[in-house]
Parts: sequence; C-alpha cells; structure tokens
Amino acid sequence: MIKTYKIEVDCANCANKMEEAAGKVQGVTSVTVNFMTLKMTVNFEEGAEESRVMKEVLKKCRRIEPDCEIYF
Amino acid sequence: MTRKQKKILIRIICAVLLLVTAFTVNGGVASLVLFLAAYLVIGYDILIKAVRGIASFQPFDENFLMAVATVGALCLGENAEAAAVMLFYQIGELFQSIALGKSRRSIGALMDLRPDSANVPDGNGGYTAVSPEDVGVGDTVIVLPGERIPLDGVVILGDSAVNTSALTGESVPRSVRAGHAVQSGCVNMTGVIHVRVTKPYGESTASKILDLVENASARKSRSERFITKFARYYTPAVCVAAVALAVFPPLLGIVFHGTGAWSTWIYRGLSFLVISCPCALVISIPLTFFAGIGGAGREGILVKGANYLEALAGVECVVLDKTGTLTEGVFRVTEVYSECLESAELIEYAALAESGSVHPIAKSLRAAAPDGLNGRVENIRETAGKGVCATVNGKSVSVGNAALMAELGIKVTAHGGGTEVFVSVDGVLGGSIVISDVLKPNAAKAVKAMKKAGVRRVAVLTGDGEAAARAVADTVGVDSVKWGLLPDGKVAALEELMDGGKGRTAFAGDGINDAPVIRRADVGIAMGGLGSDAAIEAADVVIMDDDPARIARAILIAKKCMSIVYQNIIFAIGIKLGCMLLGAVGIADMWYAIFADVGVMVLAVLNAVRAMKIKEK
Repeated sequence: MIKTYKIEVDCANCANKMEEAAGKVQGVTSVTVNFMTLKMTVNFEEGAEESRVMKEVLKKCRRIEPDCEIYF
Repeated sequence: MTRKQKKILIRIICAVLLLVTAFTVNGGVASLVLFLAAYLVIGYDILIKAVRGIASFQPFDENFLMAVATVGALCLGENAEAAAVMLFYQIGELFQSIALGKSRRSIGALMDLRPDSANVPDGNGGYTAVSPEDVGVGDTVIVLPGERIPLDGVVILGDSAVNTSALTGESVPRSVRAGHAVQSGCVNMTGVIHVRVTKPYGESTASKILDLVENASARKSRSERFITKFARYYTPAVCVAAVALAVFPPLLGIVFHGTGAWSTWIYRGLSFLVISCPCALVISIPLTFFAGIGGAGREGILVKGANYLEALAGVECVVLDKTGTLTEGVFRVTEVYSECLESAELIEYAALAESGSVHPIAKSLRAAAPDGLNGRVENIRETAGKGVCATVNGKSVSVGNAALMAELGIKVTAHGGGTEVFVSVDGVLGGSIVISDVLKPNAAKAVKAMKKAGVRRVAVLTGDGEAAARAVADTVGVDSVKWGLLPDGKVAALEELMDGGKGRTAFAGDGINDAPVIRRADVGIAMGGLGSDAAIEAADVVIMDDDPARIARAILIAKKCMSIVYQNIIFAIGIKLGCMLLGAVGIADMWYAIFADVGVMVLAVLNAVRAMKIKEK
C-alpha cells in the first residue's frame, strides 16, 4: 500500500532527515519526502496498520525536527 | 507572508535596532547588555532547539552548530559577531522560507489545471455547481465560456473553441463540436457546450497530469542523491576540522614557543562551524529540478522525474519514429497526375468506386472528394492488394495499383513519392492520384533545432517501405534511417544505435505501438500525450501535443537545469572551502563565514529559480 501525506517542515535538510528516520519505522518499506511539494509518500508493508505506523513515523520525525507536522 | 514568517521578521527588525544602538553606545556595560539583548531576541529559539537536540542525541544539526559558534564567540568577547551571526542566519532562513513558498506557488500556478466545480443540469433548464469529484461517468456537465472543462468527456451539444494551452503549450485554440472528445484542464472559450463525462475525476487528464508533475520531483536525480550523501559527511567533517583547528595549533604552540594563542584558534574553529551548514546545496538542487519540471510543464512537456530531466540533458542521439512523429500519420492526396481526365473528375470517380471500402487509401480518397458526392455505383469488386473495379454512372471504372492496371492490359508509368493509385475509365487510363503521409510543417525545423541543442545524431526508424522512409529522411535531414521494421525490429535497431555512442539515447514515438521501444531507450518520449493514456503511462517524457519541435525544447530546458545544478554545486562548495581555507590561516573572520553560509544559500536559491524560465529559441 502506498499513501501520500501532506507535511509541514521548514528546512530541506530536516526533510531529508525525516525521510531517513521514517524509513526505519517498523511496517514501512520505504519513504520519500518531497520537500518541494511538502509531501511524504509512504510505502507500507503488507498488512501494516496505517494509523499505528503513521503515529510512530510522526513520533520519530518529531524527535528530529520538533516543529514538523504530518497530516494523516 | 505566513504568521511564522512575520514573527521572525519582527524579531529581525528588533535585533537590528538593538545592534545599531549597541554600536552607537560604543563600549561599556550598556553596549554589552544591548548586544546580549539583540542576541537573545534573535537567537533564543535556536538555543532552545540546540539544547533539545543534545537531549535527544541528535547533535549535528545547524541549530546546535549555530549555538556553539555564537556562545563560543560570546565567551571570547566577540559580542557583535555573535549577535550578527545569529541575525544573518535568521535572515537567511526567512529569505529561504519566503523564496520557497513563492516558487511553490508560482510553479503551482503554472500547472493550474484543477477545476473548481462542475455545472450539472438540475432538470429545470438551469444548472447547479457541484464538486468535480461528485460527477460520475455518463453524467452531463455544462461548460460555460471562460470556464475550465472539469472532466474528460465527449461534447454532445453546442460548438465552441477550446484553449488547450495549459495542457499542450499550444496557443491556437481547437474548435470542437458534438462528437469531439475534450480533456479536462482545457478552457472553453466561445460557446456553451454540454459534455458527457467519460472518466471519473481521479482518472481525468487534469488530475493525472497534476499527479505526474507533483510526483516528478520524488524521483530523485543522481545529483540530488550525491548532495544528500555529501551533506551526511560534510557537517560532521567540518565539525571535526573545527575542533582540530581550535585544539592542535595552540598545543603545537605550547610545545614549541611555550604560548598557545588559544583565543585566536578557537575563534577560527568557531568560524568553521558557521560555514558547516550544507543548506545552500540541500535546498537549491531539488528546487532547480522542481523549477525546471514546472517550466517544462508549462510548455506542454511533462517530465516524469528529476532523473529523466538529468538524462535528457545528456542526450546525444535522438531516434524518431516516422509515422505520427515526423509526419501527420494521416494519409492524404498529395498529387494528382491527369492523363485524359481533369483532376477533379479523377478524384470523383476514384472516391465513388471506393465508396464501400474501409481501406485507409479509400478513406483518404473520399476525404479528398467534395462533400455530398452522388453517383450510381454498382458491381463493386474489390481485389485485396490490388484495388477496386466498379460500375459508376454506367461506366466501368477501375481504381488500383500498377498490378491491377497490368491485369487490365493498361500501360502505366509510376511517378513515385508515395502510394500511387491509377484510375481507368472504360479501359482508358484517366490519370493517377498519389497518396502519402504528409510531413509535419515544422519537422525539418525540429530536427535542425535538435542539432542546435547539442544532439549529435538524429535517426529515423519506421515500419514503412524504403521509398517513403528515404523521402522523409532526405527532406528533414536526418543522419540515418532504417525502414521495414516491426516493433521488435525497432528495439533491435535502437539497441544498435545505443551501443554506438557514449551519450544517452532518446526515442520519440506516438506511445501506442512504440511502447516497447520507448521503454528500452534511455529517455522514452511519447508524442501526442493529450488524450492518450497509453502514451502517458509508457514514457519518461510526454509531449502533450504532437509538435516534434518540443523535443529540442525539452533538451534545452534540461540542459539549462543541469547547468544551474552544476553551477550551484561548484559555487557553493567552492566558496565554502575557500572561506574555510582563508579562515584557517586567519584572513577570513566570522563575517566572511556568515557570507559563505547565508549569502551562498541566498544566491543559490535565486539561481535555482531561473530554471523555471527558459528563453524562447
């Protein structure tokens, strides 16, 4: 399952770091953060529960960039 | 400006005022207090973030570096520098956020295809506006003049002209009437039309194109990946260098001279930290690609990823399909040779005799004849591969190739230049009609433009016969041509061409029967994407209308984009390394370091935005 979320983040480097951190979350196979369009595309593992995974993704991203926001 | 940006702006103004007063007070406790106040006003959030970063074991972010550099400067008594570094850093951040927001919006405006609403008839002769998502396939929508067509469909009532420029870059409006297909995203110009919807909103042309353009920058180019990697090592490396610079020279000084000059070297080390943010690169490279893809989209060229833009810039060989790419792909009567009948009569007889046939040649003959042609046609006998014999208005008419004429014992001489159809009436040769696929008016110009854009080799591949292939190749002036190829033969021929050169090879075709070749090429270009989902699916680059001149445009845009990317990489890394060297030997102080960080970032962003606009020809 692939889903795209709107995000808010201020700097491009932080976006790259968010991408890296979100990619390590369990239930996620790959993540692409598009800083230009402020979108995060998440490729979920088979059978992963979207809302739980995304909560974890947000938590991991917040640790890196406290200001960031992911709308899911 | 957003609220966040306004808040920063107010802080910047306050800090500037405090700094100016601090300078005028000139020394003493008062100026120290003012400097500190300015520093805290402008930098308190950075300090907080830095502390939070350390607490969560993520020390190497720019907040931490800025905090260390400025707190270090304060400790050394360089109060003005500390406040100024923070101030310029914040100005840079504000500028960056404004510039990004602006280019996001203007690129968004380039691709302004999204319809706001759709007018659905309410049954009383009027209509109500609903969201396009709520309109189903088979429903009717009413499009008023000046409105954007909300969904793909077929016109069932009314005629009008539609402006397709948002999709194709083509400014000449297209006229439509009942039966014509129209695409969402086009603007209806002159009359009210009723459209029967054929695709739901999510699958309509406008949504698909927007999706493609917006997701294009997600396919990262090699340069972007290089920068991400570079950034990962750059910041820690500079930090290590800063520590080394602050510690080793003084230690050596102590060993050799007995004194260390600690404060000088720590100051130089701190300058290093100010330069260590890779922001200029990390922002400007993706922004350049984003701007380039947006600029291309405005001209009706859809590039499906930054990686394809990069590949397009390196194209040295362009392989073109003939039919539909260089030619119109429609057979037309191009020449009539009269023997003993007038040309109008010839076409009339031919069209009448062929009136029952579905062969493409018959269609083009009928298209050449005047409308409302009437005649008594009997006894139609069609011989596959030869032609048709029929009785037209009592006369025995034969229409066909040289083989048919030979069968009838009529001697003919071929004129060449396409498919020649001979017409005989009552056993006497009346003349011949040449039917050929017409070259697009700007095909030759397009090939010339490609050469000018740096393409070394232009080749044509076609399934047609030798005569037609050579005629086209000679007129437009390509380097090589191969004919009589089936689709898999085209793939093999393309691979042969790809082996030859070092650069990339692009293939341009209509995207329907060329799909395997388009996929095989380094860059697959589909022509005439408007209204053809297959073309949009298969290709890396889609040219929305069928103008071959846009291939050269696409290459030019890609080249400009890449040159900006390289400029920024070299410029940003060069200035930073230069300032570091000068800083290490004590020539550049912290002021230079601020320029190396913020100034370079500002310039790189401004340079990146240039990719959006490319001069005409």
